[in-house]
Amino acid sequence: MTLNLNPHSSPPLPSWQRVCSLADILPGLGVCALVDGRQIAVFHVAGQVYAVSNRDPFTGADVISRGLTGSYRDREAKERPKVASPLLKHAFDLETGQSLDHADMTLPTYPARVQEGEVWIGLVD
Amino acid sequence: MPQPQNQPTSLPTPTRPPQIVVIGNGMVGHRLVEQLQTQAGAVAPQQTPQITVICEESRLAYDRVHLSSHFDDPAPDLALATAEGYEQGGVRVVYGQAEAVDTAQKTIQVNDQTLSYDALVFATGSFPFVPPIAGRDAPGCFVYRTLDDLEQIRDAARNARSGVVIGGGLLGLEAAGALQKLGLTTHVVEFAPQLMPAQLDAEGGQTLRRTIEDMGIGVHVGKSTSEVTLDDSGRVSGLAFADGSALEADLVVFSAGIRPRDDLARASGLALGERGGIVIDDTCQTSAPGVYAVGECALHGGRIYGLVAPGYSMAKVAAASILHGLGLGNAPATFTGADLSTKLKLLGVEVGSFGDAKGVTEGCRTVSLSDNVRGTYSKLVLSADGLRMLGGLLVGDTARYNDLLDLALFGTPLTVPPETLIVPPLPGGAVLPAITNALICSCENVRADAVCNAIGEGARDIKALKSCTGAGTGCGGCVPSLHGLLQGELRRLGETVSNHLCEHFAYSRQELFNLIRVRGHRAWDGVLAAHGSGLGCEVCKPAVGSVLASLHNEYVLKPQHAPLQDTNDAFLANIQKNGTYSVMPRVPGGEITADSLIAIGEVARNFGMYCKITGGQRIDLLGAQRDDLPAIWAELIAAGFESGHAYGKSLRTIKSCVGSTWCRYGVQDSTGLAIRLELRYRGLRSPHKLKSGVSGCTRECAEARSKDFGIIATEAGWNLYVGGNGGVTPRHALLLAEGLDEQTLTRTIDRYLMFYVRTADRLQRTSAWLEGLEGGLDYLRAVIMDDSLGLCADLDAAMDQHVGSYEDEWAAALADPATPARFRTFVNADTRDTGLQWVEERGQLRPAFAHEMTQGLTPLPMAGGDD
Ligand code: SRM
Ligand SMILES: Cc1cc2nc3c(=O)[nH]c(=O)nc-3n(C[C@H](O)[C@H](O)[C@H](O)COP(=O)(O)OP(=O)(O)OC[C@H]3O[C@@H](n4cnc5c(N)ncnc54)[C@H](O)[C@@H]3O)c2cc1C
Ligand code: SF4
Ligand code: FES
Repeated sequence: MTLNLNPHSSPPLPSWQRVCSLADILPGLGVCALVDGRQIAVFHVAGQVYAVSNRDPFTGADVISRGLTGSYRDREAKERPKVASPLLKHAFDLETGQSLDHADMTLPTYPARVQEGEVWIGLVD
Repeated sequence: MPQPQNQPTSLPTPTRPPQIVVIGNGMVGHRLVEQLQTQAGAVAPQQTPQITVICEESRLAYDRVHLSSHFDDPAPDLALATAEGYEQGGVRVVYGQAEAVDTAQKTIQVNDQTLSYDALVFATGSFPFVPPIAGRDAPGCFVYRTLDDLEQIRDAARNARSGVVIGGGLLGLEAAGALQKLGLTTHVVEFAPQLMPAQLDAEGGQTLRRTIEDMGIGVHVGKSTSEVTLDDSGRVSGLAFADGSALEADLVVFSAGIRPRDDLARASGLALGERGGIVIDDTCQTSAPGVYAVGECALHGGRIYGLVAPGYSMAKVAAASILHGLGLGNAPATFTGADLSTKLKLLGVEVGSFGDAKGVTEGCRTVSLSDNVRGTYSKLVLSADGLRMLGGLLVGDTARYNDLLDLALFGTPLTVPPETLIVPPLPGGAVLPAITNALICSCENVRADAVCNAIGEGARDIKALKSCTGAGTGCGGCVPSLHGLLQGELRRLGETVSNHLCEHFAYSRQELFNLIRVRGHRAWDGVLAAHGSGLGCEVCKPAVGSVLASLHNEYVLKPQHAPLQDTNDAFLANIQKNGTYSVMPRVPGGEITADSLIAIGEVARNFGMYCKITGGQRIDLLGAQRDDLPAIWAELIAAGFESGHAYGKSLRTIKSCVGSTWCRYGVQDSTGLAIRLELRYRGLRSPHKLKSGVSGCTRECAEARSKDFGIIATEAGWNLYVGGNGGVTPRHALLLAEGLDEQTLTRTIDRYLMFYVRTADRLQRTSAWLEGLEGGLDYLRAVIMDDSLGLCADLDAAMDQHVGSYEDEWAAALADPATPARFRTFVNADTRDTGLQWVEERGQLRPAFAHEMTQGLTPLPMAGGDD
């Protein structure tokens, strides 16, 4: 997952910030982290950590971290992780942020990793 | 505590935003502004169009349809738009009359100002036609179109005793009603030989005339007015007719039809129709690019629509076209005309006309019933073979308007003799044939046919139906009907109907319930591993969570259950549109002490929450941030409250009436029973929410028969009704048993509820469940009252277990040391959510709407709606 905001230069390196311990996120659930004034939803699903914007693009409310997680089968019948917004149940692919209801809607995603039990989020810009 | 933050800060605008100018701020002009605001919600702030409205009347848009109610006491506020509302939405208002338009330079003259536009809209409406007869301009002559007209009429009526309206059409009769309200002796004069010649036939006109004359209004039909007669001072004294007769009156109101206000458009070189009206295409564009017209001034397909609904449809289409034209939106929708069927109440008389009401179709036949006793007239126009309905008229009673309209518009073959459709219902008598092409989704105007076609073309689930028909994408209320249609249609097509919960579980809810019960599962992981696949989803997780809760009644926030809960269950509160929550403490039976009321008020005040009395006889406190919820509940619990489960698929409220304790008719203590039952079933998790009511006598003030189970007191005991529903598809509950004592009543309800909990589908209310239950009410009675399946002991034990293991979820949450951390807004900071914006209204705070926000938001269609 890299974020390439400026196609004319090489991708800027994310600056990493620690947001919490993995133990702070119950498996299957999400939390909201405040990183440089930005609300980021961080999920712990099937042993992986994912970070996406907390704002539901369909309603404008900052609620994604409170969504139910799960999986869906994509076109190639591959099981992929997803989260459904708690407001109107719009679902998004947790890895790519792609809306599963509307082809042209996406949720911004952020790089996330776990190091020694701590969750780190990467921010570019 | 939420802070009001309703002052939008202006953003720097690097380039000039597109300019949209709307001429005329009538009903349709205003709707257009609203549509532009909603539809432009997705546009970046610096591109958000600047809307300017040119308003000729002395006030902003108001509800012209209800103009006559201006003479009511007290007069209602008819305003549709307010100066503050427009200001907050960034809409500029220029008062005055637009005088000239230059479509080449794209400018408009108004009050010596020149405005330029990128898109221009004519919403200039129409003006009342005044026939060219002598005396028509004399003092005492009026028209009936604007609030200012009404003010003038009211002033003149102070010194007048009688008034006459020229024109016996829709608006003329409205005006006559208004004159009568002002205390004048009132007459109506109509040129045609009958009233409402545009809508009614002779017999209908006659029925209407009789009713109106009975109200004391003079009706003069077949009269051609030749002159308004004047007294010595030049004031109106009456009318003279072509046949030599005359009528005295102090005041004359002309209501002889309307004409489109198209002079400005004509002067600007826009194409007009032969008999007036600004020509528009299906996207509401006029002959000049970037210039649009909507409402009564527009001519579409050779037609001018003098009703507000078609105008509103045009406004929606025009807004999309305009934004598209400015490069800000997707390809626009189109306006393809509107049905002119109408139903109105004139002077208290109901009148409806639909389809080919006047019977102009060649060879058509009619069936009519004229009832001078009830003062009603109904006529059906039928096809030559008498098998289909083409249209009809209803005067005096329009109760069946919708059903008949449906039959006419969709040409459904009649399955009963047509006359049975217009005779007043006999007790237990004729019913209308089922409407085959019923309206399914009223938001998107989608009918059954369209849905069935989509299924025929391959749609196999709700998601596919939504995307190809649009049904279910508005309020979501029709999704259960879509479900029903889909299942029925697939069965009809001979396909196996999958009632699988979702892609992760190849079982219905009922099958899964039994599997979980028999295998003794107590947590999600075990259920998924044994019976499911993948990671689950937002459909199966809450469903399994609910089954586990029904079976074991464990605290839903235990770590193994927490990831299964919808946000409402996870935070034990109802999520609202801005991500805050509402709090509803239980008020059993709606009975509440003064101290408890005060306590609720104090909590609301302490946390700055918005208060509302709900439809379920309790109090909703809205706008709580999640990190306040534990503190709010600590205060409520200290005051003796407990969770009201307004967030759960579980028992909501048991509504009561005051019953024999206070009411002079009450025969039993309905309040007491409601409280006992509410306390018994509180917290019971079920496939969908459960509601109940208890009435103290057959007057049924608690509306028990609209509930999942309802109880009505009689002298002989309690009558139990089951399977009622309000909401989307109201159904009256059916009588299950009569004259029960409280103990038998309670046992019967226990079993009914437990049987439902075990066998219903996910999100199936008792009404739909009972309807789908093979054998229906008799079968239910056999199972739960005669124990035909030998299940009763089991059901009783299950309910006893529920009652015995109940604990207040909020008390449990507060006792749980993990709660404070779970309710924190941010995992890594103690700050609160600063993205919330509030507006003060009527003394309370409410969430800001998108157009009131400092940052733009995107309102888009819903995907859910199954809550
Ligand atoms: C607050 C309240 C409106 C009010 O201001 O009065 C309300 C609010 C909601 N109703 Fe309701 N309903 C409320 C009384 C009703 C009633 C009247 C009643 O209960 O007497 C009805 C019709 C009766 C019935 O249910 O049969 C009603 C029929 C619905 C329906 C349609 C149900 C159906 O079977 O067709 C829904 C949608 C659904 O459940 O699928 C709904 C859904 C909702 C939801 C849950 C919508 C949502 O997902 O946000 C709202 C949540 C409230 C909240 O967040 O606090 N609400 N709703 C009422 C709460 C009553 C209470 O004290 O618990
Ligand atoms: C008494 C009465 C009862 C009615 N009852 C019903 C009913 O029951 N059902 C129904 O569907 N319809 C009813 N109607 C009709 C309904 O009110 C109209 O269809 C609707 O108001 C049309 O909206 P509009 O915006 O096109 O025109 P209007 O509401 O007339 O608005 C046009 C506005 O444009 C202004 N304007 C015109 N030219 C200029 C200019 N050059 N510069 C600036 N401003 C200008 C006018 O002053 C006016 O305010 C009723 C109408 C009346 C009068
Ligand atoms: S239902 Fe009966 S007892 Fe209850 S308030 Fe109405 S009339 Fe009175
Ligand atoms: S009725 Fe279908 S979405 Fe509202």
